[in-house]
Amino acid sequence: MSNTAICIRSLSFSYEAQSLPIFKELDLDISAGRRFGLFGPNGAGKTTLINCMTGLLQPQDGTVELMGRQLRTHDTSIRSVFGFVPQDFSFYHELSPMENLAFFGAWYGMQPKKIRERSKALLDVLGLADVANRQVGQFSGGMKRRVNLAIGVLHEPAILFLDEPTVGVDVQTRHAMIGYLKQLNAAGTTLLYTSHQLKEAEQLCNEMALFDHGRIIARGTLEQLLTENGATDLEALFIQLTGHDYRDG
Amino acid sequence: MFFRLRATMLKDLRILTRDRVGLTIMFVMPIVLAIVITAVQNSTFELVNDNKIPLLLCNRDTGDAARQLESAFQKLGLFAVKKADASLSDAGIASRMQEKDALVAIVIPRGYGSSVEARSAVVASQALASFGAGGDSTKKTVPAIENILLFYHPVLQQSFRASVQGALKSAMQLVESRSLLQSIYASLNEKAMPAAFEQQIVMNQSGITEIPVSRNGNRNIPNASQHNVPAWTIFAMFFIVISLGSSVVREKQNGSFLRLKTLPTSYLVALASKQLTYLAVTLLQTAVIFSIGVWLFPRMGLPALNLPSDGWGLLVVTLVCGWCAVSYAICIGVFADTQEQANGFGAVSIVLLAAIGGILVPSFAMPASFQGVIKVSPLHWCLEAFYGLFLEGGKLKDVMLNILPLLGITLLVQALTLYRLKRKNLI
Repeated sequence: MSNTAICIRSLSFSYEAQSLPIFKELDLDISAGRRFGLFGPNGAGKTTLINCMTGLLQPQDGTVELMGRQLRTHDTSIRSVFGFVPQDFSFYHELSPMENLAFFGAWYGMQPKKIRERSKALLDVLGLADVANRQVGQFSGGMKRRVNLAIGVLHEPAILFLDEPTVGVDVQTRHAMIGYLKQLNAAGTTLLYTSHQLKEAEQLCNEMALFDHGRIIARGTLEQLLTENGATDLEALFIQLTGHDYRDG
Repeated sequence: MFFRLRATMLKDLRILTRDRVGLTIMFVMPIVLAIVITAVQNSTFELVNDNKIPLLLCNRDTGDAARQLESAFQKLGLFAVKKADASLSDAGIASRMQEKDALVAIVIPRGYGSSVEARSAVVASQALASFGAGGDSTKKTVPAIENILLFYHPVLQQSFRASVQGALKSAMQLVESRSLLQSIYASLNEKAMPAAFEQQIVMNQSGITEIPVSRNGNRNIPNASQHNVPAWTIFAMFFIVISLGSSVVREKQNGSFLRLKTLPTSYLVALASKQLTYLAVTLLQTAVIFSIGVWLFPRMGLPALNLPSDGWGLLVVTLVCGWCAVSYAICIGVFADTQEQANGFGAVSIVLLAAIGGILVPSFAMPASFQGVIKVSPLHWCLEAFYGLFLEGGKLKDVMLNILPLLGITLLVQALTLYRLKRKNLI
């Protein structure tokens, strides 16, 4: 098995309506088993990059390899290599957690018995066992976040993409989710995580990169980055490297 | 792949059964429509055949012909005649009609009888002269007959007025013919025509037997249920655009679609699942509405629906119609960006397609300029296929010419859907 979980070479992407590319000839390698954080201001291109890595967007140029296999639009089998936890709630609110997991498990290509076992175990771990058969639409934001995470990790992926997975949750849920993600990583899953919760990122990530204007402007462990730039914490480093200006445009 | 499809169908079915509004639109609304429209059309039919149209009759004449006309109106059986006083003015008649005392009023003008008799005398004399049987051969001007006045309430539709006029003309024809015959008979025999003889000559002796043209020789006269139940079943099938179109848009709008695109299964499985699940829904709709037509309608005093003899033909036609309806709904959902777009365009387009397809107004009654447009509506082909089975007593082979264009439209709609999904990089 390749030691590199994610290998990006000369990746270029621009939206049709925009003249400037979001990123151009980007290279990025992430080793297997890392908890990699990708941070940057709004509009830096983080979500676009994740969408290119998950096949949601088709880059104009360059390649993405996941666990040594090249991502191609019409090769659906490679999609079982990774899991994705999008920022939006990505499930059916009319269904219960069990029913959602049964459906998404089938779409991952899992066997019915395996789906049942994994679903039960996941709902136990994430504290959703008691509401396993209630419609998700009635859940609190924190419970929905946990359902969102459970679906993303159901098939025990080699790589897990997490796009702001803890937005809007309380401290308890955040701690529980971070704890679970660390467990998952210890079991061998490579994490690629983006968030604006920089304190949370400090707890979770063992490697990180700051991404701005379509390129990586700093990369390393938290200690390395703080030492190299003379910053006290990740937030100070973030401001130091990306500036104080609004980035809404 | 079968397991994925089954799981997806189970998911769609669960979502569908938890959507109470969608279920109401798919099942309750068409049932109510079928019952109401059939009841309305049936009562219109009974109005013509059993019930009588209230008619205000004002006879301002005192002659025999006027009395005979009055009697002829009574005998037509079409009207419930209310006699008005001869002195009632036109304004008085209008006033009573505004109070909805009657929807139709007839005034026999003063001098009507004498004008009929005068005309009969002249025509009889000329006729006898032409036969060489006496009479007056000098060319006299044939006097005109005083016009009967027909007042009608503006709510009365044109087709209804035409029926009333037709009935009135037949009564007037009877009176004029009788008067002419009496004149000729009196001129030849110098005595009045015996009443029995007059009856033999004047009254219709031949009846009309209605024979519906059917392929299986069945001579049952089609009732309102035979016309309405299939028509509104088709409407119900296509109206699933509200539920299914919205479901596709909702799936696109919420995050589940985003996740589906990252999973190792083609979105074609989701499309196949929706088609099969909702095709089953259209079959269920048909079964429910037809069952109501067969068993519930007679208990409600409505004519029972008679199912076609070709059960397999009915199943195939229902499946093809259902598939077309489902394909159309998915296409609307795939092209729409919001639920409002899907619901608005979906509902309006179905009403329009139903209107030009003959569901609301019979196709044959449409203007000539519309006859080409009718064929664009899939509902037209569905209706023709169902009518071929229900009304003409045809079999599957007899309605193949309706099924083939329907399949053509379905494949076109499917192609449009796939093109859109391909353009959006979803398949």
